[in-house]
Amino acid sequence: MKVGIIQFPGTNCEYDTQHAFASLGCETEILWHKNDTIPSGCDLVVVAGGFSYGDYLRSGAIAKMSPIMKALKVYANNGGKVLGICNGFQVLTETGLLPGALKRNEGLHFISRHHHLKVINNDNDFLRHCSIDQVLNIPIAHHDGNFYIDEKGLKELYTHNQVLLKYTDASGKIDNPNGSVDSIAGICNKTKNVFGLMPHPERAMEALLGSDDGKAMLEGFINA
Amino acid sequence: MKAIVNVFLKNGVLDSQGKAVHHALASHGFESVNDVRVGKQIIIEMNESDAATAKEKVAHMCEELLANTVIEDYEIEIQA
Repeated sequence: MKVGIIQFPGTNCEYDTQHAFASLGCETEILWHKNDTIPSGCDLVVVAGGFSYGDYLRSGAIAKMSPIMKALKVYANNGGKVLGICNGFQVLTETGLLPGALKRNEGLHFISRHHHLKVINNDNDFLRHCSIDQVLNIPIAHHDGNFYIDEKGLKELYTHNQVLLKYTDASGKIDNPNGSVDSIAGICNKTKNVFGLMPHPERAMEALLGSDDGKAMLEGFINA
Repeated sequence: MKAIVNVFLKNGVLDSQGKAVHHALASHGFESVNDVRVGKQIIIEMNESDAATAKEKVAHMCEELLANTVIEDYEIEIQA
C-alpha cells in the first residue's frame, strides 16, 4: 500500500500524516505541489492539513491552482482514492472534487481541542472498520470549519450516503462546535472515492497522546 | 485599466463576521445600524484598453479564483 501526501507551501500536517500511515505499514511519499503528476502505484493520495498559502484569499483557494491539482483531478476521476484532512478538505471543496464549502467558524474563534464524532455511514473504504453511530474521539484544529451546502446539495448527500461524520458529545448527541450545516464534520463524493473531513485522524494514533481512534479510520484504506 | 472587485457572502449564507461587527457597533451606541456585511475588495491593475474585455476577463478570474460561487457573490467595476 502506497500513500502519496501532497505538500503546498504552508502545509504543516504532512509529516504527521506520513508518520501515521507509516505506523500502519504503508509506503509513503511526500508530493510537492509543483509536480504535475501523481506517481504511479499510489493507492491513496492525502491532501494534508495546514495553511496552504497562508489561507490567503480563502482557505484552500490558491492551492487549487497548483499544478498537482490538475493531476489529482484526473487521478480522482479515474477512481483513485483521495482523502482531504482539514485544509485538505477545504482544498477539495474549492477544487470541486467535493460539494459544499468551508466557511469561517460561526463563533469566529480558532478551535483546537479533542472533539467527538459520530459515524453516520460506513459503506465506504474510509469508515468500513467503524460501526454506524460509533463515537470517535478525534482532535479538531480549524478556523474555517463551518461546512456549508445548500438544501438541494444536502439532500443529495443524504440520498447517496455521503454524510460520513457528525460532531457530537461523548454520548453521541449532536454537539456542533463551528456552525456546520447539520453538524457535518466529514463527507465523501457520490462515487465514494474522495473523502474530506475537518478533524485530524492522523493526530489520534496513540492512546498515550489522548486517543488512538484515528487508527480505525485510516486503516480502512489499507487493503480496501 | 483598473478593476475593483467586491466579494460578499451570498444572501442567505450567514455572515458571522458581519453579525459580530453589527453587535459591536450596537453595543457602542450606534443603535441606528440595521445590518452589517463584511466582504473583501480586490483591486486589479490591468494592461487592457477595452472596458468590456477587461470586465469579461475579471469575471473569468472571479469564477476561477477570486470568489467561491458556492457561498459568495461578486461585483466588478472597471475604471479607466
